[in-house]
Amino acid sequence: MTKKNFEITVDRKLCKACGICVAFCPVSVFSRDHDDKAVVTCPAKCTGCRQCELLCPDYCVRVEEIVHE
Amino acid sequence: MDAIHRKYLRMDKLPHIWCPGCGNGIIMGSFIRAIDRLGYDQDSVAAVSGIGCSGRITGYMDFNTLHTTHGRALAFATGLKMAKPGLKVFVFMGDGDATAIGGNHLIHACRRNIDMTAIIFNNHIYGMTGGQYSPTTPRDAYATTAPYGTMDPHFDIAKLCVGAGASYVARGTSYHAKMLTDLIVEGAEHKGFSVIEIITHCPVNFGRRNELETPVDMLLWQKDHALRMAKAAKMTDDELKDRFVIGRIHRADIPEYVEEYDRLIEMVRKGDTDRG
Repeated sequence: MTKKNFEITVDRKLCKACGICVAFCPVSVFSRDHDDKAVVTCPAKCTGCRQCELLCPDYCVRVEEIVHE
Repeated sequence: MDAIHRKYLRMDKLPHIWCPGCGNGIIMGSFIRAIDRLGYDQDSVAAVSGIGCSGRITGYMDFNTLHTTHGRALAFATGLKMAKPGLKVFVFMGDGDATAIGGNHLIHACRRNIDMTAIIFNNHIYGMTGGQYSPTTPRDAYATTAPYGTMDPHFDIAKLCVGAGASYVARGTSYHAKMLTDLIVEGAEHKGFSVIEIITHCPVNFGRRNELETPVDMLLWQKDHALRMAKAAKMTDDELKDRFVIGRIHRADIPEYVEEYDRLIEMVRKGDTDRG
Protein backbone atom coordinates (compact mmCIF):
# COMPACT_ATOMS: atom_id res chain seq x y z
CA MET A 1 0.00 0.00 0.00
CA THR A 2 1.40 3.40 -0.94
CA LYS A 3 1.42 6.26 1.53
CA LYS A 4 -1.43 8.74 1.18
CA ASN A 5 -0.50 12.35 0.47
CA PHE A 6 -2.25 15.39 1.83
CA GLU A 7 -2.41 19.03 0.92
CA ILE A 8 -2.53 21.21 4.03
CA THR A 9 -3.45 24.88 3.84
CA VAL A 10 -3.55 27.57 6.53
CA ASP A 11 -5.71 30.64 6.01
CA ARG A 12 -3.45 33.41 7.32
CA LYS A 13 -6.33 35.87 7.49
CA LEU A 14 -8.18 33.70 10.01
CA CYS A 15 -5.14 32.39 11.96
CA LYS A 16 -4.74 34.03 15.40
CA ALA A 17 -1.34 32.46 16.11
CA CYS A 18 -2.51 30.36 19.10
CA GLY A 19 -0.04 27.56 18.32
CA ILE A 20 -2.48 24.67 18.91
CA CYS A 21 -1.92 23.00 15.51
CA VAL A 22 1.86 23.34 15.91
CA ALA A 23 1.78 21.71 19.37
CA PHE A 24 -0.68 18.91 18.70
CA CYS A 25 0.40 17.71 15.25
CA PRO A 26 1.91 14.29 16.04
CA VAL A 27 4.38 14.50 13.13
CA SER A 28 5.33 18.22 13.27
CA VAL A 29 3.95 19.33 9.93
CA PHE A 30 3.68 22.95 11.09
CA SER A 31 6.05 25.60 12.32
CA ARG A 32 5.51 29.27 13.20
CA ASP A 33 6.36 32.30 11.08
CA HIS A 34 7.57 35.76 12.11
CA ASP A 35 4.03 36.63 13.30
CA ASP A 36 3.82 33.33 15.24
CA LYS A 37 1.16 32.16 12.78
CA ALA A 38 1.16 28.56 11.57
CA VAL A 39 2.96 27.66 8.36
CA VAL A 40 3.08 24.27 6.70
CA THR A 41 6.71 23.22 6.48
CA CYS A 42 6.66 19.43 6.19
CA PRO A 43 3.44 18.40 4.40
CA ALA A 44 5.02 15.10 3.29
CA LYS A 45 4.95 13.87 6.90
CA CYS A 46 1.16 14.31 7.24
CA THR A 47 -0.71 11.12 8.15
CA GLY A 48 -4.17 12.67 7.71
CA CYS A 49 -5.22 12.35 11.39
CA ARG A 50 -6.88 15.78 11.10
CA GLN A 51 -6.12 16.67 14.72
CA CYS A 52 -5.20 20.18 13.48
CA GLU A 53 -8.57 20.62 11.79
CA LEU A 54 -10.46 19.37 14.86
CA LEU A 55 -8.60 21.56 17.34
CA CYS A 56 -8.19 24.78 15.33
CA PRO A 57 -10.52 27.27 17.08
CA ASP A 58 -10.53 29.54 14.02
CA TYR A 59 -11.08 26.94 11.27
CA CYS A 60 -8.07 28.11 9.31
CA VAL A 61 -6.40 24.72 8.78
CA ARG A 62 -7.59 22.49 5.97
CA VAL A 63 -6.36 18.98 5.16
CA GLU A 64 -7.22 17.46 1.79
CA GLU A 65 -6.17 14.11 0.49
CA ILE A 66 -4.40 14.31 -2.86
CA VAL A 67 -6.02 11.79 -5.16
CA HIS A 68 -3.89 10.64 -8.09
CA GLU A 69 -5.92 9.64 -11.10
CA MET B 1 -12.04 26.25 6.38
CA ASP B 2 -14.01 23.34 5.03
CA ALA B 3 -17.29 22.89 3.16
CA ILE B 4 -18.96 22.06 6.48
CA HIS B 5 -17.96 25.44 7.93
CA ARG B 6 -19.20 27.26 4.83
CA LYS B 7 -22.53 25.46 5.12
CA TYR B 8 -23.24 26.01 8.81
CA LEU B 9 -21.45 29.27 9.66
CA ARG B 10 -22.30 32.85 8.77
CA MET B 11 -19.13 33.50 6.82
CA ASP B 12 -19.53 37.28 6.85
CA LYS B 13 -19.25 37.20 10.67
CA LEU B 14 -15.81 35.53 10.71
CA PRO B 15 -13.21 35.78 12.15
CA HIS B 16 -15.04 35.43 15.47
CA ILE B 17 -14.24 37.67 18.44
CA TRP B 18 -12.99 34.85 20.69
CA CYS B 19 -9.38 35.17 21.87
CA PRO B 20 -6.53 33.27 20.18
CA GLY B 21 -6.78 29.59 21.14
CA CYS B 22 -10.20 29.92 22.84
CA GLY B 23 -12.05 26.64 23.41
CA ASN B 24 -15.34 28.12 22.21
CA GLY B 25 -14.18 27.88 18.59
CA ILE B 26 -13.33 24.19 19.03
CA ILE B 27 -16.75 23.54 20.59
CA MET B 28 -18.56 25.33 17.75
CA GLY B 29 -16.63 23.13 15.29
CA SER B 30 -17.65 19.97 17.18
CA PHE B 31 -21.26 21.17 17.28
CA ILE B 32 -21.62 21.79 13.55
CA ARG B 33 -20.07 18.39 12.82
CA ALA B 34 -22.68 16.87 15.17
CA ILE B 35 -25.53 18.65 13.33
CA ASP B 36 -24.09 17.49 10.01
CA ARG B 37 -23.98 13.89 11.24
CA LEU B 38 -27.52 14.11 12.63
CA GLY B 39 -28.65 15.32 9.22
CA TYR B 40 -30.94 17.99 10.65
CA ASP B 41 -32.20 20.60 8.23
CA GLN B 42 -30.78 24.00 9.23
CA ASP B 43 -34.27 25.51 9.35
CA SER B 44 -35.40 22.88 11.87
CA VAL B 45 -32.63 23.72 14.35
CA ALA B 46 -32.94 26.49 16.93
CA ALA B 47 -29.84 27.66 18.78
CA VAL B 48 -30.47 29.75 21.88
CA SER B 49 -27.74 31.39 23.93
CA GLY B 50 -27.38 33.60 27.01
CA ILE B 51 -24.77 36.21 27.83
CA GLY B 52 -21.02 35.83 27.98
CA CYS B 53 -18.36 34.66 25.56
CA SER B 54 -20.38 31.48 24.91
CA GLY B 55 -23.42 33.61 24.06
CA ARG B 56 -21.71 34.87 20.93
CA ILE B 57 -22.01 31.43 19.34
CA THR B 58 -25.52 32.07 18.03
CA GLY B 59 -24.24 35.01 16.00
CA TYR B 60 -21.86 32.81 14.05
CA MET B 61 -24.05 29.83 13.19
CA ASP B 62 -26.58 29.73 10.39
CA PHE B 63 -29.63 28.22 12.13
CA ASN B 64 -32.68 29.84 13.73
CA THR B 65 -30.78 31.70 16.42
CA LEU B 66 -31.78 33.58 19.53
CA HIS B 67 -29.33 35.55 21.69
CA THR B 68 -31.18 36.14 24.94
CA THR B 69 -30.63 37.76 28.35
CA HIS B 70 -28.20 36.69 31.05
CA GLY B 71 -29.09 33.31 32.56
CA ARG B 72 -32.44 33.20 30.76
CA ALA B 73 -31.54 31.17 27.67
CA LEU B 74 -33.36 28.12 29.06
CA ALA B 75 -36.48 30.14 29.83
CA PHE B 76 -36.61 31.49 26.25
CA ALA B 77 -35.85 28.02 24.88
CA THR B 78 -38.65 26.47 26.96
CA GLY B 79 -41.14 28.91 25.44
CA LEU B 80 -39.80 28.20 21.98
CA LYS B 81 -40.07 24.44 22.41
CA MET B 82 -43.61 24.65 23.83
CA ALA B 83 -44.76 26.84 20.92
CA LYS B 84 -42.91 24.91 18.22
CA PRO B 85 -42.28 21.35 19.44
CA GLY B 86 -40.98 20.35 16.00
CA LEU B 87 -37.82 22.45 16.42
CA LYS B 88 -34.60 20.82 17.57
CA VAL B 89 -33.59 23.18 20.35
CA PHE B 90 -29.99 23.59 21.50
CA VAL B 91 -29.17 25.95 24.36
CA PHE B 92 -25.67 27.37 24.79
CA MET B 93 -24.61 28.71 28.16
CA GLY B 94 -21.43 29.44 30.05
CA ASP B 95 -20.72 28.25 33.60
CA GLY B 96 -21.73 31.58 35.14
CA ASP B 97 -24.72 31.94 32.83
CA ALA B 98 -26.00 28.42 33.59
CA THR B 99 -25.17 27.93 37.28
CA ALA B 100 -25.11 31.41 38.82
CA ILE B 101 -27.32 33.94 37.03
CA GLY B 102 -29.46 31.21 35.48
CA GLY B 103 -28.99 28.55 38.17
CA ASN B 104 -32.67 28.48 39.00
CA HIS B 105 -33.67 28.06 35.35
CA LEU B 106 -31.18 25.22 34.99
CA ILE B 107 -32.46 23.11 37.87
CA HIS B 108 -36.09 23.59 36.87
CA ALA B 109 -35.43 22.80 33.21
CA CYS B 110 -33.74 19.58 34.42
CA ARG B 111 -36.73 18.78 36.63
CA ARG B 112 -39.22 19.31 33.80
CA ASN B 113 -37.36 17.08 31.38
CA ILE B 114 -38.29 19.14 28.33
CA ASP B 115 -36.84 17.80 25.07
CA MET B 116 -33.85 20.03 24.35
CA THR B 117 -30.08 19.88 24.60
CA ALA B 118 -28.25 22.23 26.95
CA ILE B 119 -24.60 22.72 26.11
CA ILE B 120 -22.68 24.28 29.01
CA PHE B 121 -19.24 25.79 28.34
CA ASN B 122 -17.45 25.40 31.66
CA ASN B 123 -14.26 27.45 31.54
CA HIS B 124 -14.22 27.96 35.32
CA ILE B 125 -14.32 31.77 35.12
CA TYR B 126 -16.28 34.82 33.96
CA GLY B 127 -14.13 35.42 30.90
CA MET B 128 -15.91 38.26 29.11
CA THR B 129 -16.12 40.57 32.13
CA GLY B 130 -12.47 40.22 33.10
CA GLY B 131 -11.88 37.03 35.05
CA GLN B 132 -14.08 37.12 38.15
CA TYR B 133 -14.50 33.74 39.90
CA SER B 134 -17.65 31.80 39.02
CA PRO B 135 -19.48 28.97 40.82
CA THR B 136 -17.26 26.47 39.00
CA THR B 137 -13.88 28.08 39.74
CA PRO B 138 -11.94 25.36 41.58
CA ARG B 139 -11.12 26.04 45.23
CA ASP B 140 -7.81 27.89 45.64
CA ALA B 141 -7.70 28.96 41.97
CA TYR B 142 -6.92 32.64 41.33
CA ALA B 143 -9.29 35.15 39.77
CA THR B 144 -9.42 38.95 39.65
CA THR B 145 -11.93 38.85 42.51
CA ALA B 146 -9.93 36.15 44.35
CA PRO B 147 -6.34 37.43 44.40
CA TYR B 148 -5.48 35.02 47.25
CA GLY B 149 -7.38 32.07 45.77
CA THR B 150 -11.08 31.17 45.70
CA MET B 151 -12.54 30.14 49.05
CA ASP B 152 -15.77 28.61 47.79
CA PRO B 153 -15.98 24.94 46.84
CA HIS B 154 -17.06 24.60 43.21
CA PHE B 155 -20.19 23.19 41.62
CA ASP B 156 -19.99 19.89 39.78
CA ILE B 157 -22.38 20.79 36.93
CA ALA B 158 -22.94 17.21 35.79
CA LYS B 159 -23.78 15.99 39.31
CA LEU B 160 -26.00 19.03 39.88
CA CYS B 161 -28.01 18.22 36.73
CA VAL B 162 -28.32 14.52 37.57
CA GLY B 163 -29.58 15.52 41.02
CA ALA B 164 -32.06 18.02 39.54
CA GLY B 165 -33.56 15.32 37.31
CA ALA B 166 -32.07 15.73 33.82
CA SER B 167 -32.59 12.54 31.86
CA TYR B 168 -29.28 12.65 29.95
CA VAL B 169 -26.04 14.05 31.35
CA ALA B 170 -22.61 13.84 29.78
CA ARG B 171 -19.30 15.60 30.15
CA GLY B 172 -16.78 16.32 27.42
CA THR B 173 -13.80 18.60 26.93
CA SER B 174 -12.63 20.93 24.21
CA TYR B 175 -9.50 18.76 23.89
CA HIS B 176 -11.52 15.60 23.10
CA ALA B 177 -13.20 17.28 20.12
CA LYS B 178 -14.21 14.07 18.36
CA MET B 179 -15.77 12.59 21.49
CA LEU B 180 -17.61 15.87 22.04
CA THR B 181 -19.32 15.51 18.64
CA ASP B 182 -20.40 11.97 19.63
CA LEU B 183 -21.82 13.24 22.95
CA ILE B 184 -23.74 16.08 21.26
CA VAL B 185 -25.22 13.59 18.76
CA GLU B 186 -26.23 11.23 21.60
CA GLY B 187 -27.68 14.10 23.65
CA ALA B 188 -29.66 15.44 20.69
CA GLU B 189 -31.11 12.02 19.90
CA HIS B 190 -32.15 11.48 23.51
CA LYS B 191 -35.81 12.29 24.18
CA GLY B 192 -35.84 14.63 27.16
CA PHE B 193 -33.58 17.22 28.74
CA SER B 194 -29.96 16.53 27.84
CA VAL B 195 -27.06 18.33 29.46
CA ILE B 196 -23.59 18.30 27.99
CA GLU B 197 -21.06 19.94 30.28
CA ILE B 198 -17.92 20.86 28.39
CA ILE B 199 -14.71 21.49 30.30
CA THR B 200 -13.14 24.17 28.15
CA HIS B 201 -10.32 26.62 28.49
CA CYS B 202 -10.01 30.37 28.92
CA PRO B 203 -6.30 31.01 28.48
CA VAL B 204 -6.60 34.76 28.90
CA ASN B 205 -8.63 35.06 32.09
CA PHE B 206 -8.20 31.69 33.80
CA GLY B 207 -5.00 30.10 32.51
CA ARG B 208 -2.85 33.20 32.73
CA ARG B 209 -3.57 33.51 36.46
CA ASN B 210 -3.30 29.80 37.21
CA GLU B 211 0.04 28.68 35.78
CA LEU B 212 -1.46 27.54 32.48
CA GLU B 213 -0.05 30.31 30.34
CA THR B 214 -1.06 29.21 26.84
CA PRO B 215 -4.03 27.50 25.18
CA VAL B 216 -1.71 24.53 24.57
CA ASP B 217 -0.94 24.24 28.33
CA MET B 218 -4.66 24.31 29.07
CA LEU B 219 -5.50 21.61 26.51
CA LEU B 220 -2.70 19.42 27.90
CA TRP B 221 -4.14 19.94 31.40
CA GLN B 222 -7.49 18.62 30.12
CA LYS B 223 -5.78 15.67 28.48
CA ASP B 224 -3.98 14.80 31.75
CA HIS B 225 -6.94 15.29 34.08
CA ALA B 226 -9.84 13.78 32.11
CA LEU B 227 -10.73 10.15 32.76
CA ARG B 228 -13.06 7.79 30.94
CA MET B 229 -15.77 6.22 33.11
CA ALA B 230 -14.38 2.69 32.87
CA LYS B 231 -10.94 3.80 33.99
CA ALA B 232 -12.28 5.98 36.81
CA ALA B 233 -14.29 3.06 38.19
CA LYS B 234 -11.07 1.17 38.95
CA MET B 235 -9.40 4.06 40.76
CA THR B 236 -9.42 5.05 44.45
CA ASP B 237 -10.83 8.36 45.71
CA ASP B 238 -7.28 9.54 46.35
CA GLU B 239 -6.25 8.88 42.75
CA LEU B 240 -9.39 10.60 41.49
CA LYS B 241 -8.66 13.82 43.38
CA ASP B 242 -8.47 16.85 41.04
CA ARG B 243 -9.48 14.71 38.06
CA PHE B 244 -12.81 14.52 36.27
CA VAL B 245 -14.80 11.91 34.41
CA ILE B 246 -15.73 12.33 30.75
CA GLY B 247 -18.33 10.49 28.68
CA ARG B 248 -21.96 9.68 29.30
CA ILE B 249 -22.66 10.00 33.02
CA HIS B 250 -26.39 9.43 33.28
CA ARG B 251 -29.32 8.40 31.12
CA ALA B 252 -32.89 7.71 32.20
CA ASP B 253 -36.10 7.08 30.36
CA ILE B 254 -38.69 9.39 31.93
CA PRO B 255 -41.79 11.20 30.52
CA GLU B 256 -41.03 14.23 28.34
CA TYR B 257 -42.64 17.57 29.24
CA VAL B 258 -44.14 18.71 25.90
CA GLU B 259 -45.70 15.30 25.30
CA GLU B 260 -47.10 15.23 28.84
CA TYR B 261 -48.48 18.74 28.36
CA ASP B 262 -50.19 17.79 25.09
CA ARG B 263 -51.62 14.70 26.76
CA LEU B 264 -53.05 16.84 29.58
CA ILE B 265 -54.63 19.29 27.08
CA GLU B 266 -56.18 16.36 25.20
CA MET B 267 -57.53 14.92 28.46
CA VAL B 268 -59.05 18.23 29.59
CA ARG B 269 -60.64 18.80 26.15
CA LYS B 270 -62.33 15.44 26.39
CA GLY B 271 -63.59 16.42 29.83
CA ASP B 272 -61.73 13.49 31.31
CA THR B 273 -60.16 15.30 34.28
CA ASP B 274 -60.69 12.66 36.92
CA ARG B 275 -57.20 11.44 37.77
CA GLY B 276 -58.35 8.98 40.40
